[in-house]
Order: sequence, then C-alpha cells, then structure tokens
Amino acid sequence: MRYAMAVDTKKCVGCSDCVVACQTENNVPIGFCRDWVVEVTDGTYPQLEIEIRSERCNHCNNSPCVRCCPTGASHYSDGGIVLVNSEKCIGCGACIASCPYDARYSHPDGYVDKCTFCIHRVKKGQDPACVAVCPTKCMYFGDLDDPKSPVSVVLKKRKYKTLIPEAGTQPELYFLI
Amino acid sequence: MREELIISGRNNYLIDPVLHIWHWQIPLYLFLGGLAAGVLFFAALFKILGKENEYPSAVKIAPMIVPFLLILGLFALFLDLKHKLYFWRLYTTIKLQSPMSWGAWTLMAVTPLSFIWAALHVKEVFPKWKWPHKMFDDLESILKKYILEIAWFILVFSVILGVYTGILFSAFNARPLWNTSILGPLFLASGLSTGAAAIMLLSKSETERKRFAKIDLMLIAVELFLIVHMFMGFLASTQVQIDAASLFLGGEYTAPFWIFVVGFGLVIPAILEILELRKYHIPVYISGSLVLFGGIMLRFIIANAGQASRWLY
Ligand code: SF4
Ligand code: SF4
Repeated sequence: MRYAMAVDTKKCVGCSDCVVACQTENNVPIGFCRDWVVEVTDGTYPQLEIEIRSERCNHCNNSPCVRCCPTGASHYSDGGIVLVNSEKCIGCGACIASCPYDARYSHPDGYVDKCTFCIHRVKKGQDPACVAVCPTKCMYFGDLDDPKSPVSVVLKKRKYKTLIPEAGTQPELYFLI
Repeated sequence: MREELIISGRNNYLIDPVLHIWHWQIPLYLFLGGLAAGVLFFAALFKILGKENEYPSAVKIAPMIVPFLLILGLFALFLDLKHKLYFWRLYTTIKLQSPMSWGAWTLMAVTPLSFIWAALHVKEVFPKWKWPHKMFDDLESILKKYILEIAWFILVFSVILGVYTGILFSAFNARPLWNTSILGPLFLASGLSTGAAAIMLLSKSETERKRFAKIDLMLIAVELFLIVHMFMGFLASTQVQIDAASLFLGGEYTAPFWIFVVGFGLVIPAILEILELRKYHIPVYISGSLVLFGGIMLRFIIANAGQASRWLY
C-alpha cells in the first residue's frame, strides 16, 4: 500500500476551500494551517502563465523529518503516511527545520502537527477532507499500488511533477501539469 | 522567470514568512557545548601527555567550569523544547540517524565525565575543599587510579561533542546554508579555539598563556581556511546553495558575519596573539574575550542565516 495524492493545477481555482475543510475537519488551531494554496506567475510580460497549487505535507518516502526526529515521534504509518505521535513529541523542532516544504508547524499544545492525509477518514474508506470538499474536483487520492485507484488512473493519463525532487525526499504529492 | 508568488491560507507562526523555529537557545547550547568540548579536550590531552604541572590551568583549573557550562547548555536546550515535560523521551530512544538524538546521548556521557574530572582535581584547585562524606574520598582515591583511562574517554567524547555541535546543523538538507559537511570540522575548530581562549583567560602562568595563544593561532588559521573552503563549496554547488552563500556575500548577513565572526572573532585576535608572541605587551584577556565573542556570533549567525535559506519560493 502506498498512499498518494494528485492535484490538478489546471483545474484548481485557488478558492482555498481545501484549507478551510482541513482546518474544520482536523481542529487545526486558529491561525495555523496544514494545507495552503500557492499561486505562481511564470514568464515575462506579455507571456505570463499562472499555476495554482494546493499544497500540504508530501508524505515523502525518504522523509528527512522522520530521520531527524530524536524520539521516534515522527514515523511512517500505514501506506507510507507520515505521522507525528503527539505523545512522543518533545517539540524540539528538528523535523520542522528538516522539511524542505515547510509543511509542519508547532501546535500551541507543544507538539508538532501537520497533514495526516486524514488517516482517520481514509481508514473508513473516505477521501481526505480536502479532496472530498474540492468544488472543482481537482484532487485525486488513493493507493498507488492499486492500478484502479483514482490517483493511479489519473497519473497514468496525465503529465505530472513533484516539488523539489532534487531534495531527494521522494514526495507522494503529485501535481498534474 | 518567476515573477510573483502568492500564498494564501498560510501564516503558520514561526514558519511564515521566514522559518524561525530556533531562537537563541539552540545556538547558545551549541556554543556552550563547543566551549566545554574544547576545555575538556585540552585537559585530557595534556594529562595524557603528562604535562599537568606545566599547564595547570588547562588540566585542573579550566575544567572546573565545564560541568556548569554543560548544565547551562542542557538547560537552554530544555527551554527550547515546546513539550518540556516530555524531555525524558530523548532518553528512551536511540536514533543514530538523528543528530539531536546522538547529541543528547553524547551529552549524557560527557556530563558525568566532566563532573568526575572536576571532582578529581577540586582539592588541588581549592586546597580547603572537604567532601561532605568519607565515601567521596574513597571514591576519589579509586577513580584517581584510573585517571588516564578517564582522560582517554574524555578525549574521544570531547571530539564527538565538538563535531556534533556542527553536525546538528549540517544534517538538515532542507536548509541549504547548513547542508555542508564543513560545519562539523568548523564548529569543532571553533569549539577548541574558544576552549583555548577560556584556558588563556583563566591561566596565571606566562608559559601556559603563550602556549595556548600559539594553539589558538593555529586553530584560527584552520577556521579561516574552512570558512573559505565552505564558500568555495557553496559557490560551486547548486543554485540553492549559491543563494545561501550570497546571504553572506552581499546579502543581509554579510556585515554581521564578516565583521563580528571573521573580523572581531578571528582576524583581530589572531593579530593580537601574533603581537603578543612577538613580545609586545598586550593584555591576554582582549584576544581571549574576542575569541569567545566570535564563537558565540558564529553560532548565532549560522543558526539564523540557515533558517533564512531555503529551497522553495
Ligand atoms: S513534506 Fe515535510 S513533513 Fe511531509 S513527509 Fe516530507 S519532509 Fe516530512
Ligand atoms: S519536534 Fe517532535 S516530531 Fe519533530 S523532531 Fe522533535 S520530537 Fe520529533
């Protein structure tokens, strides 16, 4: 099992519904977020191109955050989902400093928090909250080892990229281009 | 060309707009750790070489402050933790891939060794010293028999501690400025240099002070070499590392780095030490304090600039 997510940068309109859905679903403290929307303008006038991406933890296969964690609080869970065990986390910040995507934040209760791919929903067979709520249906989630999962299907059909592959983290968050 | 970038829904405290997860606690912890490593290294080395009477400050006097340095350092680390009551969890896991983990374990080994070392010399430094219980005297005479073995242990662990203070940063590939293996040897050299400076400051003997001024001069040369080497490495590397280096080469950390670390912390004390060795009369506490100041600044600037260097955006 290898959970992954694909985000269609052609369909995303940057409405930030995913951000709000995540905050509500996961009780994210006010002022913090586990996912966010990035808008990049490329090119020189008049040839401009805009790309909108909904971003979150990449659930990297080779996660520096898991490697750097001195207590084992950051770990790989089912299907490669990277999680933080809040009971074990001492809040040293090593994982925050080690994530090239700045995907983690320090929860006011002391431990480090980030996207979980909504593992509690996934276990029940549901999609992560951001995927479920997206009004343009630009996100796909599923098991890459299952050729019939929505994410496998769309990655076969479309061109895609990952973010900063040169950091060697082997992300599982794909962007359709 | 990337023209503009807007991030919405993101304003995580301490992460946005610039990562600032480590404040003064971590660089202070690394400075104290490096200083302790330096003092312990010279104490053990000159004990092993049988020079304790020639260099009393190195072997006996300066090590008295090491337990305090380490405890203060550990306390700073403790202050940095957001989940303080879970501190002990550091010691229920050994994770060799995590520099924080093996640093914590190294300190676990070095701290008691530093206490033992100080205890074994306390009577020589403070002749009126009395242990509260006879048990301690017995223990002292037993440990005294193994003092050379202890010195060897301290020698090895002090080098590990010194290197660790740099490796803690260099293991983070997400921060291009830190992600260079030069930081290990650079922080080790700087730790040894601050250790030598502390010994000079505490020493009352002219020969010992001269000796450590010479050692310090060598270490400063090594540090300057490593710094040049570090920038050569960055500039010959990928764009993110070139960007990271430019923080110090025209960017916002240029003045503090070159003035405080390289100027006041390395070049000026080196010149003063050369003059002193050439028999000009220059109070030793000036170069000694400058070296300590440079050591602190090096950690603070590398810690802050590292968090300002990144891959994305
Ligand atoms: S994106 Fe960051 S937090 Fe998520 S797994 Fe990768 S390194 Fe860890
Ligand atoms: S902050 Fe918590 S999860 Fe992150 S490295 Fe430290 S102990 Fe591990």
